[in-house]
Amino acid sequence: MASAMISLASATPSASLSVQETLMGKTRLASGCVSTLFNKEKGKPSIKKKSFGQISMTVAVNVSRFEGIVMAPPDPILGVSEAFRADIDVKKLNLGVGAYRNEELQPYVLDVVKKAENLMLERGENKEYLSIEGLAAFNKATAELLFGADNPVIEQQRVATVQGLSGTGSLRLAAALIERYFPGAKVLISSPTWGNHKNIFNDARVPWSEYRYYDPKTVGLDFEGMISDIKAAPEGSFVLLHGCAHNRTGIDPTPEQWEKIADIIQEKNHIPFFDVAYQGFASGSLDADASSVRLFAARGMELLVAQSYSKNLGLYAERIGAINVVCSSADAAARVKSQLKRIARPMYSNPPVHGARIVANVVGDPALFDEWKAEMEMMAGRIKNVRQKLFDSLSAKDKSGKDWSFILKQIGMFSFTGLNKTQSDNMTNKWHVYMTKDGRISLAGLSLAKCEYLADAIMDSFHNVS
Amino acid sequence: MNPELASPSSSSDRRISVLARHLAGVEMDYKNDSISAFPTSGSDNNSVFSHVVRGPEDPILGVTVAYNKDPSPVKLNLGVGAYRTEEGKPLVLNVVRKAELLLVNDRSRVKEYLPITGLAEFNKLSAKLMFGANCPAIQENRVTTVQCLSGTGSLRVGAEFLAKHYLQRTIYIPQPTWGNHPKIFTLAGLSVKTYRYYDPATRGLNFQGLMEDLNSASSGAIVLLHACAHNPTGVDPTSQQWEQIRKLMRSKGLMPFFDSAYQGFASGNLDADAQPVRMFVADGGELLLAQSYAKNMGLYGERIGALSIVCKTADVAARVESQLKLVIRPMYSNPPIHGASIVAAILKNRDLYNEWTIELKAMADRIISMRQKLFEALRARGTPGDWSHIVKQIGMFTFTGLNSKQVAFMTKEYHIYMTSDGRISMAGLSSKTVPHLADAIHAAVKQVV
Repeated sequence: MASAMISLASATPSASLSVQETLMGKTRLASGCVSTLFNKEKGKPSIKKKSFGQISMTVAVNVSRFEGIVMAPPDPILGVSEAFRADIDVKKLNLGVGAYRNEELQPYVLDVVKKAENLMLERGENKEYLSIEGLAAFNKATAELLFGADNPVIEQQRVATVQGLSGTGSLRLAAALIERYFPGAKVLISSPTWGNHKNIFNDARVPWSEYRYYDPKTVGLDFEGMISDIKAAPEGSFVLLHGCAHNRTGIDPTPEQWEKIADIIQEKNHIPFFDVAYQGFASGSLDADASSVRLFAARGMELLVAQSYSKNLGLYAERIGAINVVCSSADAAARVKSQLKRIARPMYSNPPVHGARIVANVVGDPALFDEWKAEMEMMAGRIKNVRQKLFDSLSAKDKSGKDWSFILKQIGMFSFTGLNKTQSDNMTNKWHVYMTKDGRISLAGLSLAKCEYLADAIMDSFHNVS
Repeated sequence: MNPELASPSSSSDRRISVLARHLAGVEMDYKNDSISAFPTSGSDNNSVFSHVVRGPEDPILGVTVAYNKDPSPVKLNLGVGAYRTEEGKPLVLNVVRKAELLLVNDRSRVKEYLPITGLAEFNKLSAKLMFGANCPAIQENRVTTVQCLSGTGSLRVGAEFLAKHYLQRTIYIPQPTWGNHPKIFTLAGLSVKTYRYYDPATRGLNFQGLMEDLNSASSGAIVLLHACAHNPTGVDPTSQQWEQIRKLMRSKGLMPFFDSAYQGFASGNLDADAQPVRMFVADGGELLLAQSYAKNMGLYGERIGALSIVCKTADVAARVESQLKLVIRPMYSNPPIHGASIVAAILKNRDLYNEWTIELKAMADRIISMRQKLFEALRARGTPGDWSHIVKQIGMFTFTGLNSKQVAFMTKEYHIYMTSDGRISMAGLSSKTVPHLADAIHAAVKQVV
């Protein structure tokens, strides 16, 4: 590896350029810079400005040790937002964003969050390290929210809950646990899925393969394909399932389909692994959105669940979530929890306190909790309204008889429109509608006022572009 | 329920299987479907996790766990390095409270995702704090700084980056060092070696051993350096020694990786504590730096820190930054905003910054006075041995030189909680509790060998 890097450095023209640059840099450094000198008094440095004609000190090698590093490709999703910002057209619409916007298309901080933060400041709580597993009050609240406070898995203390860095961080802890304790076991992920899932498992060195999920013909679920692929996987695989509001498609299994999915997972002795990023945000009801997870737990299955409060409490930047591992015994849960801690400690020692306290305060106070439920219903409601308006607009405009009802059937922040890459490009280039190339739009970035315009854009792209 | 539940021996089969794989160093075959994984089951008797053993309590954080369980009224927690006031209470700096009030009252603030690299303002200010506002490397855009989760997170991201992209995968760490260091680097994919550091005979620096070991390190290897207030020993090189270390490292092309967790906390002066790092930047060379605001701003639980990589050119720095993002994205996507906002608010405001330096100096001074008091208390008791290292060492910790048996004795008989390597956190002492600690050390030294 070292020799490859060195030969790369000497072979490419950029290497000699950087040596030249470096020499220039060194000259600049040598003449007229602030340098630190130490006076004779022990341990008392003073800073003096001095111009050096010639430095006779030992300097490092002239070529960077990182010269062979290539520029990484930009993040595909962030690239959409950057392009949107650069666009000066007044009609522009950002449907790439994975964050909720209000009707005025502004970011939204929940009232209940502001109240919680004010409370926290008034109380003057300290900023001591949390324990490695996080804030106890948060862990308790989050598990109860997910499973229901009176769920046997909670009462029997069979859930290992560790606070994690939102959904990503919680998935990463679980991935590291799988790598360590289930070496060789595969994770099955849906095709398509959230773009970062693959990165997480790759970096954690956990092998993965895909199960069919999206059916472009129906713009719906390829249920037969899904079952078939899960069945074909080696026994004891982990099956990554989106608890509700599938990201990227917005297509969720029906309750009957969930039962069949649970059947096949049990039959193959697979381990269900839920990613729950939208509890309460999808339908507006916390309990309804947790029904898939609770269905599996009720069967006595062991399972993993990664949770995030980015969307449902609007705490995106606070990085607050959790990994829950439901085990068949309290003893197993205790052991698993201790091993999750061993993974977290060399990664970031202990998790950030602020977001955890906000969640604990909101969930722990009945008045705030009710307020939160109302705000969540409002957010989910706005998205449902926007879906309805978009559907109505499309149905009114489109005389071709195409069935646009998938927009109403899909749920959550995202929708797979069925537009292909060329058509998506047309959306951007002609209509200034920014979305990802796979045809995904974020309803969270759409206002009622813009539905007509979007419908025109979709109509044009679908019918006039191939 | 599936009637073909795994047989009772399957969990032990699984355990043996796991061990066998680890012992044989089995390569991961990502494409081979024929690897049969482990039978799973939902029954009460047979958990898929039955082969998962209970992990030991973290040695450092475990001290606090044990302390909390002790009902004794004279118990003393000198384990974890968190500052305590003279009253023994945790401290939130006034300037931090002010900053938080500003943030909460700012109606324009939102909670949108930060970029993967974190809060840009925070990153710039952090680099300036450590490298100096007029640092040429910053002005030439040769420094990439990314917000990370305090010191640990910065070390981990830096180490993962090095394991992926640097030509050498060996890192040398001082002996001893913070207990979490070897785990961080090993899990990141680096191989860990040590260099001599602490001399038990002098309770000071084994400078000759250090130089010899660095001299025999393979060219290009990474070397972990504590920027100031070495943890756990409190023993720092002098400026002259730092200069010699720098010369040697540069001549061997060794890559410095600084861990700075105590800037301003060691001497009370932010610039003074930054000198070793600035020395290495001034010679035009490359380095990595992990910064933490846990102690010097008292933001422990907010997990706020930064990783900086000083590169030869701006072009390299840009490419390095793009690769750092690929490490961070699959780990936690983007960092938490709260701590970063507090730090940025303080660093960019002249009044808040000045207030901070005053509060910081007060914390550092209190620790220095505790050192003095403990030293005097031991002298007054006539405790055998030379205890001057207590006042010579710097920062939050003192390496007492007590052995693990003596430590265990002190815990059992005097309810003193500390790590078994003899390290005590001076930050956990007060004028009131110094006598009790002095009694404990005295008894341990006289009664336990």
